[in-house]
Amino acid sequence: MNIYVLMKRTFDTEEKIALSGGKINEDGAEFIINPYDEYAIEEAIQVRDANGGEVTVISVGNEETEKQLRTALAMGADKAVLINIEDEIENGDQFTTAKILAEYLKDKDADLIIGGNVAIDNASGQVGPRVAELLTIPYVTTITKLEIDGTNVTVTRDVEGDAEVIETSLPLLVTAQQGLNEPRYPSLPGIMKAKKKPLEELELDDLDLEEEDVEAKTKTIEIYLPPKKEAGRVLTGDLNEQVQELVQLLHTEAKVI
Amino acid sequence: MNFELDEDILFLKKNVRDFIQTEVEAVAMQIEEENHIPERVINLSKEMGLFGLSIPEEYGGLGIDMVGKCALYEEIGQTHNGYTTLIGAHTGIGTVGIVEMGNEQQKRKYLPDMANGEKIGAFALTEPAAGSNAANLKTTAVRKGDKYIINGLKHYITNATEASVFTVMAATDPEKGSKGITSFIVEKDFPGFQVGAVEKKMGLRGSHSAECIFEDCEVPVENVLGVEGQGYVNALKILTNGRAGLASRNLGSCLKLLDMSTRYARERIQFGKPIIRNQAVSHMLAEMAVEIEALRSFTYRVAWMVDQGMKVIKEAAMLKLYGSEVYNRVADKAVQIHGGLGYIADYPIERFFRDARITRIYEGTSEIQKNIIAGQLEKEYN
Ligand SMILES: Cc1cc2nc3c(=O)[nH]c(=O)nc-3n(C[C@H](O)[C@H](O)[C@H](O)COP(=O)(O)OP(=O)(O)OC[C@H]3O[C@@H](n4cnc5c(N)ncnc54)[C@H](O)[C@@H]3O)c2cc1C
Ligand SMILES: Cc1cc2nc3c(=O)[nH]c(=O)nc-3n(C[C@H](O)[C@H](O)[C@H](O)COP(=O)(O)OP(=O)(O)OC[C@H]3O[C@@H](n4cnc5c(N)ncnc54)[C@H](O)[C@@H]3O)c2cc1C
Repeated sequence: MNIYVLMKRTFDTEEKIALSGGKINEDGAEFIINPYDEYAIEEAIQVRDANGGEVTVISVGNEETEKQLRTALAMGADKAVLINIEDEIENGDQFTTAKILAEYLKDKDADLIIGGNVAIDNASGQVGPRVAELLTIPYVTTITKLEIDGTNVTVTRDVEGDAEVIETSLPLLVTAQQGLNEPRYPSLPGIMKAKKKPLEELELDDLDLEEEDVEAKTKTIEIYLPPKKEAGRVLTGDLNEQVQELVQLLHTEAKVI
Repeated sequence: MNFELDEDILFLKKNVRDFIQTEVEAVAMQIEEENHIPERVINLSKEMGLFGLSIPEEYGGLGIDMVGKCALYEEIGQTHNGYTTLIGAHTGIGTVGIVEMGNEQQKRKYLPDMANGEKIGAFALTEPAAGSNAANLKTTAVRKGDKYIINGLKHYITNATEASVFTVMAATDPEKGSKGITSFIVEKDFPGFQVGAVEKKMGLRGSHSAECIFEDCEVPVENVLGVEGQGYVNALKILTNGRAGLASRNLGSCLKLLDMSTRYARERIQFGKPIIRNQAVSHMLAEMAVEIEALRSFTYRVAWMVDQGMKVIKEAAMLKLYGSEVYNRVADKAVQIHGGLGYIADYPIERFFRDARITRIYEGTSEIQKNIIAGQLEKEYN
């Protein structure tokens, strides 16, 4: 089976994030594999181990992304592909990424493509579905279970806490939700072996793409941190009055009802 | 001169760190309370390949040098020392004998299973009458056809309850004293071998040290490790080269204590200001940091010397001594900085304080290290 994983390098949102000059300050930030993509990598490895085949992890990123790709190889992926757009594209968006990935994948005869449900940085959840649309293959998002029998696939997907079971077939793109599996730690011998696994580096040119072909469809106007949480307010007095006051505040101050 | 670890080792180190800090730290209190390391953590550690970190690649291990091993031990030392000891004793004294003195057949037979953690290793030298004076051991091995028959009692043997493979020192020619000792590879299922009483200890909970009882224990001749009569030298070699490893685990614990102490001193307010604003406290932190930095440099220097194949008898003894004493001083200051909290078992500081104490005793007491250092010094002037 020919399996591809879409992987993004993101900053660790559990670490402190600082802005400078209207951008997220990357100095001193910790970078990781997008956690949802870790589920994708783990699932791909399990599917390969059960069905045979090969796992290739692809990332659209910059030179630094090699670290995360090496980690994926150390976990057990067979090959990695880095599409380095650092020099050509300053402000890409989900369209940019999806277009590049689809261009790379279009002649690869992928049986199964697995991505993360969202990336924890921009959290659009669009890249997976967009790639599937461009490749004109079916897709299922936020999956928590994947069963493959020949070319028949049964997928369980998380719908806001409920489970929906979908029957479909390969070729297929799915995006991983938390709960799909427990990603393994890259083993130490795996890390040593990963050094010898192929990691291909491509640029837009290699995909016959021009900068205009992948120009972002959106524009970021401003980036700001969420407002600091302010101290709560304690209402006092008779319970009836408190309720009245609360309802009024929800109308006039919080403007939520 | 180059003080940087190479990139591969840094990458391994980071991955070990992530694993230790998420998986092992999460159960550190549980290990302490239950005196048991959860299977899940042991299995994950096996999958990680931690049990094979001192075994060459061709036998299924990681195949890294001493400097690399120390870099990983530094991370493994930053958590519960019972866990650290399980891994440390297995990958150190438990396997190094076979790696360094074993013949090809023995390596093929034992190392792959030891590398994946399927078989745990232990090292059995100490006896009731032979502690610091290890050459005084009373356990005997008598050749009978194609077997040796071992009789005797070892005690305080770390990992004895978990181990399947023991490196055992016994007298094959008691008349000859230290030159009449031979080392053997003993499997736990060999007839006549038995693990005896498990000790209750001051610390290192989760790690177990126990008696090993040999009653007409039959060991095939092919399980002689190295040359007959060289067992005492073998034991000293295993211990000597292990000393950088032990020091780097101590270094890890020291780093953890400095980290916790500095954070606490910045946060804890007394007399209207963080206690770190008192010179009495900040100077304790400064002293800890200096000694830790010196230990770090010394550890990697000795590890580097081992990798160069240099003779390290004196330096390894100095490092064993220094690393253990620094760990104890750092742990004592960490308790002091934490005040009452440093004495309370809901918090890890008192555990490190107890666990630090053994490092001045096992693998050769601090006094014995000084004897070795002085002996070497004297030789240099001969
Ligand atoms: C938790 C734990 C784990 C251990 N794990 C192992 C293991 O895995 N394998 C193993 O073989 N052993 C192990 N040991 C044994 C350990 O190595 C010995 O306890 C240690 O070498 C000291 O020996 P002893 O306890 O007999 O003390 P003794 O040798 O009786 O020493 C008592 C005191 O006398 C001092 N002393 C003795 N001789 C001299 C001298 N010549 N000059 C100056 N001072 C001297 C010592 O420094 C010490 O202070 C372990 C011990 C413990 C407690
Ligand atoms: C087992 C146990 C039994 C106890 N029993 C009792 C009891 O029966 N009754 C009772 O009332 N209390 C009791 N205590 C509390 C004990 O007296 C306090 O823990 C102790 O006074 C230290 O206070 P602290 O723990 O808040 O540490 P902190 O005061 O926070 O001190 C932390 C560190 O900062 C240092 N420090 C703080 N201020 C300064 C300064 N100005 N200059 C220099 N250094 C400073 C301290 O010396 C210490 O090293 C007990 C504590 C324990 C652990």
